[in-house]
Amino acid sequence: MAKLTFKTDECKGCGLCVDACPKGILQLAKDKINKKGHHPAECTDEAACVACTSCATMCPDCIIRIEK
Amino acid sequence: MNMVVFDRPHALIDVPFHYCPGCTHGIVHRLVAEAIDELGIEGKTVGIAPVGCSVMAYDYFNCDMIEAAHGRAPAVATGVKRSDPENLIVFTYQGDGDLASIGTAETVHAAARNENITIIFINNAIYGMTGGQMAPTSLPGQVTQTSPYGRDVNLCGYPVKVCEMLSMLDGPEYLERVAVNSVKHVKAAKKAIRKAFQNQVEGKGFSLVEVISSCPTNWGMTPAKALEWVEEKMIPYYPLGVYKDRSAGIIPGAKEEA
Repeated sequence: MAKLTFKTDECKGCGLCVDACPKGILQLAKDKINKKGHHPAECTDEAACVACTSCATMCPDCIIRIEK
Repeated sequence: MNMVVFDRPHALIDVPFHYCPGCTHGIVHRLVAEAIDELGIEGKTVGIAPVGCSVMAYDYFNCDMIEAAHGRAPAVATGVKRSDPENLIVFTYQGDGDLASIGTAETVHAAARNENITIIFINNAIYGMTGGQMAPTSLPGQVTQTSPYGRDVNLCGYPVKVCEMLSMLDGPEYLERVAVNSVKHVKAAKKAIRKAFQNQVEGKGFSLVEVISSCPTNWGMTPAKALEWVEEKMIPYYPLGVYKDRSAGIIPGAKEEA
């Protein structure tokens, strides 16, 4: 099973990972605000992740680590 | 056992970037760092930072960095590389306001001399750091701070197409234009950047990769919309592809003769 780790406090909430995810399981957490004041990205269904690395490829801030 | 399939490259220092949300500078920084990691050249790499948004690139790369005067990165890189050509790997990282405007002369002459350096050229069609003025690479009709009615080519001339321009010289070894607006394009960009470094390791000569990039803040768009704009407006004007690769026999002038 894939494991996604976000450095939540470094996320700038640009949403490029959300658009890149082919499974549509990423979203910007509307109910959370990080240290920078952005809604950080989060995974809604980690079991559905296939570790394709599309989100991390598009993340401009390099905050996503993927294990499988 | 968990296997790490994606992590921050070692050549990229673990500090947050100062770039705006959605700025693709971060993606290109990562691709450069990945190329340095993969070729195992971190300890002998010297990067030359430009003036522009990426002026503080020296804070992010885990190798020696020099900050050059505006536009003069290829000249500084030439000096560094010639001081120890056997052991040093030298790259410059420049934006369009740096490389295609004030630094055009340095770029063209470094290419003409076929200096064995690697240039990463970020083309986002605008001056980012100074607040969104018209750049030499701004598209015809593009609205910027200094062209509020759109770039008028009768008044301001036409955009500079760096890859096409340099491909007419006999000097350069490798010229390619890539984009970072989708996963597919980022993967192609990574391959091009790696090749540009590989060419230098093999002593082949001047390699330049032009990266079509976005600037959501100064274009006045959301990050996602900016990437769409790259696809719809910039790529048609700046076609992607290899413009010159001497080792692979892609030489524009020779093609016409044959």
